Amino acid sequence: MQGPDAPPSDAPLPAAPPSEVLVALSGWGRTAPTGARVTSPATTEAVVAALRAAGERGVVARGLGRSYGDAAQNAGGSVLDMTALSAIRSIDARRGIVDCESGVSLDRLMRLLLPLGWFVPVTPGTRQVTVGGAIGADVHGKNHHVSGGFSRHVRSLELLTADGRVRTLTPADDPELFWATAGGMGLTGVVLSAQIQLLAVQTSLISVDTERAVDLDDLMARLDATDHRYRYSVAWIDLLARGASLGRAVLTRGDHAPLDQLGPRQLRSPLGFRTAGLPAVPRGIPGGLLSAATVGAFNEFWYRRAPRERRGQLQSIPTFFHPLDGLPEWNRIYGPGGFLQYQFVVPYGEEAALRRIVETIARHRCPAFLAVLKRFGEGDPGWLSFPSPGWTLALDIPAGLPGLGRLLDGLDQEVLAAGGRVYLAKDSRLRPDALAPMYPRLDDFRALRARIDPGNRFTSDLARRLSL
Amino acid sequence: MKNALGQPQSLLLLGGSSEIGLATARRLVQGRTRRVHLAGRPSPALTAAAAELTAMGAEVSVHDFDAAALDTHETVLGKVFAEGDIDAVLLAFGVLGDQLKDEQDPMAAAAVGQVNYLGAVTSALVSAQALRRQGHGSLIVLSSVAGERARRANFIYGSTKAGLDAFAQGLGDSLQGTGVHVMVVRPGFVRGRMTEGRPEAPMATTPEAVAEAILVGLQRGSETVWAPGALRVVMSGVRHLPRPVYRRLAV
Repeated sequence: MQGPDAPPSDAPLPAAPPSEVLVALSGWGRTAPTGARVTSPATTEAVVAALRAAGERGVVARGLGRSYGDAAQNAGGSVLDMTALSAIRSIDARRGIVDCESGVSLDRLMRLLLPLGWFVPVTPGTRQVTVGGAIGADVHGKNHHVSGGFSRHVRSLELLTADGRVRTLTPADDPELFWATAGGMGLTGVVLSAQIQLLAVQTSLISVDTERAVDLDDLMARLDATDHRYRYSVAWIDLLARGASLGRAVLTRGDHAPLDQLGPRQLRSPLGFRTAGLPAVPRGIPGGLLSAATVGAFNEFWYRRAPRERRGQLQSIPTFFHPLDGLPEWNRIYGPGGFLQYQFVVPYGEEAALRRIVETIARHRCPAFLAVLKRFGEGDPGWLSFPSPGWTLALDIPAGLPGLGRLLDGLDQEVLAAGGRVYLAKDSRLRPDALAPMYPRLDDFRALRARIDPGNRFTSDLARRLSL
Repeated sequence: MKNALGQPQSLLLLGGSSEIGLATARRLVQGRTRRVHLAGRPSPALTAAAAELTAMGAEVSVHDFDAAALDTHETVLGKVFAEGDIDAVLLAFGVLGDQLKDEQDPMAAAAVGQVNYLGAVTSALVSAQALRRQGHGSLIVLSSVAGERARRANFIYGSTKAGLDAFAQGLGDSLQGTGVHVMVVRPGFVRGRMTEGRPEAPMATTPEAVAEAILVGLQRGSETVWAPGALRVVMSGVRHLPRPVYRRLAV
């Protein structure tokens, strides 16, 4: 029974929960978490309002958090979780153009578009990235040598700039701001939406050729000789193999399978898109699970498991492009210390540098079981876009590995001397003064930012760390 | 910003002429640290430390800071933080006192507590507040194994470190989820200026070794660092020794 002196706990609850929460955010590598106020705007107006409300430590947009490092963190400032801004505005199924908001994931686009006979023009190794993130990092895929980076397929995009204006940019009319934004790591503004040119496919299967390369020379020779025959090409490389097996690899290359390659069962649903997966990796996995011994054993198995040569095997899109998406939260297997990914490119003609780097990594016994080598095609127009003609190697390394700082600083020197660069969407530890020689248009980028965002409204931990 | 390997770009060293502090600063400057703030009482040692770090390529500023002057901490450190983000604060000041003399002179004993505990509490709170505002940073607190279990030979010093240790642990927990990291460092007997002429305890270490342990702790994001690492095991045993047995140990 309640009298007039009801205790204060009976007071009405606060009207609405606070729309922003203080959260410690980190990248996919789970290193260097920093605290920020996170809001989830669901409309353009809400994004504009969030920009206005941002304090002196600025704001940055965040998608699905697949950047390995600190690109989508903003210590002490605001972070916009863009995944709520996820309307598909229109699909032109005749010309293959989708117009969608930036929080839409590539996974969702595939599910929507494959039944209509269209595929995303470029997909990185995970479908769990947003369109905004794909533009901000100007992501590339296994088809870079044929199709270039993601942003080349963006016909136009809407960008909210620091002055609160929403600008519609096309590569033809606004080349400066468009190509500063493509690969600009979210530092020119917030991408609100984009029109993307899609790729026509007859089926949702990939016809894959698999072959083994016995060592690094064999690998590079095979990629050099026949990459042009494939739309998609990548090689998994065993970075723990030494001596005669140094750089042994499994090449998987392919293209979208035409209808006539499908069997009767597959023809029942040639454009079906199904994903299967394991349950998510639980929290609380201890560190040290991935050591040179365990990863070495895995790599041995992985190499032996691959056929010496197999042609025309039909694989699903998830199997071919996104094997790790089948293991949700796989980044937890590195334990609480997290991990980082080192990805660099060195130009063609610098194969000796690539070899020295592979040797150094193998000598250091880096437990890298996810390492891939790929040939890039022509460089992309984005001012800070990563791809440039040459060899790109990406490897995951536990962040707690002793001596890792010195090792990677040494590799940076090798990459720099060869005229190469490292990938900002993966970076979490580059020496700031190494950036300018890697990205010749960095000064233009800084100047453009100073011009369109004099108050430094858009910033991130990455921007602070590297003085972008 | 600290990077994925826990390498800070800026450092505030409280106790600007501390041997462990400077050994750590030297190592950090060899890594990513470019900006160093040395806070301490003006002394030739402090000036020499600034010159040495400058020669190594760091941009060094010196701040007049007295750990015992509690009411100045907010102003002095406030000015440092106003100059820009600090990625790592190393709380390295402390005094050993003179146990036998201090037992006869309560005010001298209190002075040890004033610096080691109270001074650390105020400067850590001011720093924690600033780190919280900037949303990132490590606060590294130099505790001691002496705080893990009181010893006849130095229980005044030990008790101040016990208090500091408990304070820093609680502070670290209170900052969970803010992006701020608090790391408690528990060195054993460290050979150096502070312990000169004193009988060496088992498992003695050096300022350089402690500094190295601090860097590894930063890379791993550890909350507790023992130096040397084996002390963790030893002390977990020592902690449970019955008092009569422990008293008879000549440690």
